[in-house]
Amino acid sequence: MKIGFYPGCSLTGSSREYNESLLAIAKEAGVELCEIKDWNCCGATAAHNLNKELSLSLPARNLALAEFEGMDELVVPCAACFNRLVMTQHELSEKEDLRKLISEKLQMPLRNGIKIYNVLQFLEKHIVPRLDQLVKSPLTFDVACYYGCLLVRPQQVMKSERFEDPMTMDVIMQKLGANAIDWPFKTECCGAGFSVSKTEIVGELSGKIVRNATDRGAKAIVVACPMCHSNLDMRRPAIDNYLNMKMDIPVIYITQAIALAMGLTPTQAGIQRHFVPVNLTVNR
Amino acid sequence: MDKEDLSFQVSQATGVNVRECYQCGKCTGGCPVGERMDLRPSVIMRMLQSGDAASEEEILRSNSIWLCLTCETCYSRCPMELDIPKVFDYLREKSYAEGKVNSDAHDIVAFHKSFLNAVERNGRLHEMSLVLDYKIHTGNLFQDVLLAPEMFSKGKLHILPERIKDRKGFARLFKDQFKKRKS
Repeated sequence: MKIGFYPGCSLTGSSREYNESLLAIAKEAGVELCEIKDWNCCGATAAHNLNKELSLSLPARNLALAEFEGMDELVVPCAACFNRLVMTQHELSEKEDLRKLISEKLQMPLRNGIKIYNVLQFLEKHIVPRLDQLVKSPLTFDVACYYGCLLVRPQQVMKSERFEDPMTMDVIMQKLGANAIDWPFKTECCGAGFSVSKTEIVGELSGKIVRNATDRGAKAIVVACPMCHSNLDMRRPAIDNYLNMKMDIPVIYITQAIALAMGLTPTQAGIQRHFVPVNLTVNR
Repeated sequence: MDKEDLSFQVSQATGVNVRECYQCGKCTGGCPVGERMDLRPSVIMRMLQSGDAASEEEILRSNSIWLCLTCETCYSRCPMELDIPKVFDYLREKSYAEGKVNSDAHDIVAFHKSFLNAVERNGRLHEMSLVLDYKIHTGNLFQDVLLAPEMFSKGKLHILPERIKDRKGFARLFKDQFKKRKS
């Protein structure tokens, strides 16, 4: 089965282990992901903060390219890219004149009808049904599933039913054998795009998340967003500084957790690329 | 609502009618950066309702609109479903275009601009170009210098950027976008 794939910039750089682990588990499950040819950056926070038109035209170019290649379904693993693509599709489907304007600007047709999946929706549809056969090394530890903002909000557009207490990632982790703990920071903001410009805010917001997960006994935080991952993992010095103590809880992508449970090696899952060392027991 | 009012412009651009806000304060209560803002989200909504020119100027010069992380918590909890982040997007673009960015927010805006510069250049974000551009524009030359070698050794940093092929078509999207800006 072939499905359209928009990796986004982070997955080619600072979160390449997310890309590696996603492609590895898709291969195990016999799902082929076809990268959109000549895709561009979605514009992220920067575009919608400074320029409305760019915040629509940048994501729309990718949607138009995917349509041109005949894709009906598009997987967008980065939660931030996913949010921008879905918000653009939503706005352009509500405002016909705006869709025409952007389509003219792109000099490309834009039907705007492609189905966009985030990583959890993709996993639920294509990987979870095959997990019974594919899980070879069940996970045996407690995890805190952290969703962040952009997968669930705004619920009016993201169509998320439990936007204050989502469960999709928890259910997947349980299927892998892990115990997903109940905790109150699932959808609190990590500090998002302030990683470089206001690192101390990231230290505080991410610090509260890391402390609560640790206090409640989780052995790992599981994420589905490159921004959440880099803030919780790479910004650990700012977090430790805010909390005034050294926190050692690792942060893994949901796709890495699945890869480990499928019996792939930690290197195949890209675990060695993390800043906070990952020492988790997997039943082999 | 007067056509000159900022609230009128906001409703034209975003479809949000600020008069529907009844000041319950849930947006402010749930805001992860509310404590750091000079004007909290519910206060901004109230000031927009007032139609007072001095208040509108204060909003455009506030640090609040830039400290907003667009986490969408306010919108998701608003009993009137007012899209406050969308209102803030409009206020940010206006504040930036009119050269009214709060001094607390210079690093934030410099980062956004460096980000878009990097995207304009290659079509995709090259993280190293972004950080270098940001350092040059802010003078924060030594920030995170220890991070780069470790990112590099973990394979997370590329020396050369990836470029898209349709550079000409892509450049058209950026044409004239920041032309009218006062600095």
